[in-house]
Amino acid sequence: MSKAEYTITVYTENQIGLLNRIAIIFSRRKINIDSLNTSPSEVDSVHRFTIVINETEEVVRKLCRQIEKQVEVLKAYYNTAEEIVWQELALYKVPTEVIQAEVKVERLLRQYGANAVVIRKDYTVFEVAGHREETDRLIKVLEPYGLIEFVRSGRVAIIKDSEGFHEKLKEFEYREPGEDTIENEFLDQNEKVFTM
Amino acid sequence: METLASTKEAPTNSTAQSVSGSVAVLEALLAEKVDTIFGYPGGAIMPIYDALYDYNEKLRHILVRHEQGAIHAAQGYARASGDVGVVFATSGPGATNLVTGLADAQIDSTPLVCITGQVFAHLLGTDAFQETDVINITTPVTKWNYQVTDATEIPSVLAKAFYIARSGRPGPVLIDITKNAQMQLFDYTGYTPCNHIRSYRPKPIVRKEYIEEAAKLINAAERPFVVFGQGVILGKAEKEFRQFIEKAGIPSAWTIMGMSAIPTDHPLGVGMLGMHGNYGPNLLTNECDVLIAIGMRFDDRVTGRLDKYAKQAKVIHLDIDPAEIDKNVKATVPVWGDCKETLPALTELIEQKVYPQWLQRFRDCREKEEEKVIREELNPSGDVLTMGEVIRVLNELTGGDAIIVTDVGQHQMVACRYAQYNKSKSNITSGGLGTMGYALPAAIGAAYGDPSRTTVAIIGDGGFQMTLQELGTIMQFKPHVKILILNNSFLGMVRQWQQLFHENRYSFVNITSPDFVQVAKGFGISGKSISKREEVRTALKEMLDHPGSFLLEVMTGKENNVFPMVPQGRGVAEIVLTREEV
Repeated sequence: MSKAEYTITVYTENQIGLLNRIAIIFSRRKINIDSLNTSPSEVDSVHRFTIVINETEEVVRKLCRQIEKQVEVLKAYYNTAEEIVWQELALYKVPTEVIQAEVKVERLLRQYGANAVVIRKDYTVFEVAGHREETDRLIKVLEPYGLIEFVRSGRVAIIKDSEGFHEKLKEFEYREPGEDTIENEFLDQNEKVFTM
Repeated sequence: METLASTKEAPTNSTAQSVSGSVAVLEALLAEKVDTIFGYPGGAIMPIYDALYDYNEKLRHILVRHEQGAIHAAQGYARASGDVGVVFATSGPGATNLVTGLADAQIDSTPLVCITGQVFAHLLGTDAFQETDVINITTPVTKWNYQVTDATEIPSVLAKAFYIARSGRPGPVLIDITKNAQMQLFDYTGYTPCNHIRSYRPKPIVRKEYIEEAAKLINAAERPFVVFGQGVILGKAEKEFRQFIEKAGIPSAWTIMGMSAIPTDHPLGVGMLGMHGNYGPNLLTNECDVLIAIGMRFDDRVTGRLDKYAKQAKVIHLDIDPAEIDKNVKATVPVWGDCKETLPALTELIEQKVYPQWLQRFRDCREKEEEKVIREELNPSGDVLTMGEVIRVLNELTGGDAIIVTDVGQHQMVACRYAQYNKSKSNITSGGLGTMGYALPAAIGAAYGDPSRTTVAIIGDGGFQMTLQELGTIMQFKPHVKILILNNSFLGMVRQWQQLFHENRYSFVNITSPDFVQVAKGFGISGKSISKREEVRTALKEMLDHPGSFLLEVMTGKENNVFPMVPQGRGVAEIVLTREEV
């Protein structure tokens, strides 16, 4: 089984220490996290982690089971890049004088859909939202023009087939939730979403 | 900070009274029917100990000599009683001393609630005296942990702690309470036990179709084989398990943790699995056609080399923890759920059967093992005492009714191979973590967990020296613990490996011991040391008959090895019976 990029989406209670509990599931197995983002979810009081790793599906499935085992985790899903809509935000700091002098740079920024966030005499900050290859490529092309600083956010992703968490969460509140909420039907399938 | 969204608020009660966080802690313990606490006081937990002063009649507190002793004692208590063990410790070093026990309880699924004191909330993160980041240190070794900084949270957090510790796959929970929260007065409206957390599913729903599929496989099997672990004991499903194997007629082998779930002399019990388990169960794992794993997790000491483990078999895996399915061994049919529910459902669907020829294979293997290993171990022809013969005589004297607590090493393997068990929860040992020093404190806990039975702690000379300070606890509180030290003057298991795999290079395994009898005497505990065969029976009898605790040291052969053995890196079928075969 070969490695691929997987995006893991975890719905959790909003509790101090949970980030650590989830992070050590990866570090214990010496697995590097490419990107990690936490944010509120569509449901009030439920938090959402988006984690990107490069691993085999078997490893990713086991990781998801270990994550879901944590008391405060409601659900963990994993998806390939094709199954999600995703974005990362990148910021680039470039000397303002270069942009003024070099028409080429302006063309480049247009081409990449960059927006100026701050313009000062000494530097300008641009933002680009997109896939990693795109934001990576812009680093390469800006480097010759004196790119001062670059930073990229964690990935945020929406699962294409997901119907959201509102309905699911209601079932969690019950003592006896519906079968698909909890169990094994999807054990060895990865149809709509991964579930345990 | 939004916390505990899922925990139900206690019902508002007009008779609310103002109590301290410390009193709320003790009230929670009483409500959870805790009768014994193992602990050690210190600065940051003093308010709780102050409150305990007034609860002396209702809660028994055992003052140990080291916090590691407290947590192992609580483990022994939990394993003997089937209930939650409770520990008190202070902040900083008190809490860090719990870490080994937490790791042990986590890997062996032992239900514990540990309450640690913590510095005042306003001092958190300031490197205050005896401040340690206990929550982060213990996160990897707890099922759940939580820091309380506000006393109003205490009733609901402790309710959650007990619920999480004992439900589903049990495990250790640690609650860290800052000193201000222990002292804070608040309107206490009573204690409501927790039985639901929305993000926590202790028991997977039992799925009929998987049970049916499993039954189909079992009914069609020609050489089915059951391997079971502690899940049977933790699920309190010993009866259900027996009914299952007896109807199915399937030979069954236990892991070290599953031992005593059925009596060791059960006609379908074929012995112990694993590196030093019995010959038949290891060898025939690779000949069965359907392998039924019940409440066990395919530890590497059980499977040997995974790519040579039961490759020919269809695997049915019954487990309460979904993360265990496919973790090490791929399941053909996963049966998730509490085996107390899944086993009866399965028993109903299977046909009554016997497999005389298949069972005979196990008996033949047993005979071979008797001839090459067991006979000489239990009735040696040479002069030096073997550990096995000591266990044999112990069996004859206890009749298999004692709780046997073992430490880690050769004596553990020998005890688990040869001890006789009639009742469940009779074998208490550190299986997953292999914690030397476990046995003495665990035996103290076991003596409180089930005082109706004799508790025998079997310990090596190395392990005993790791936690022998707990003799002080025995001296003070007088639990009845029979301490049997099997002294081979070596760190025997490491020595065995150095002999077999490191060309006899004995590197720091030669350990000297104090005069254990004198040491015990210093603690007011009677003792005796023997080295001759003719003394074994009378000395063991003296130990068992002695009113109260007793220490018996038996000098055994220095360079005896434990066999059979599945050498590391080899498959279970490559099990060897003698040194020559290694």
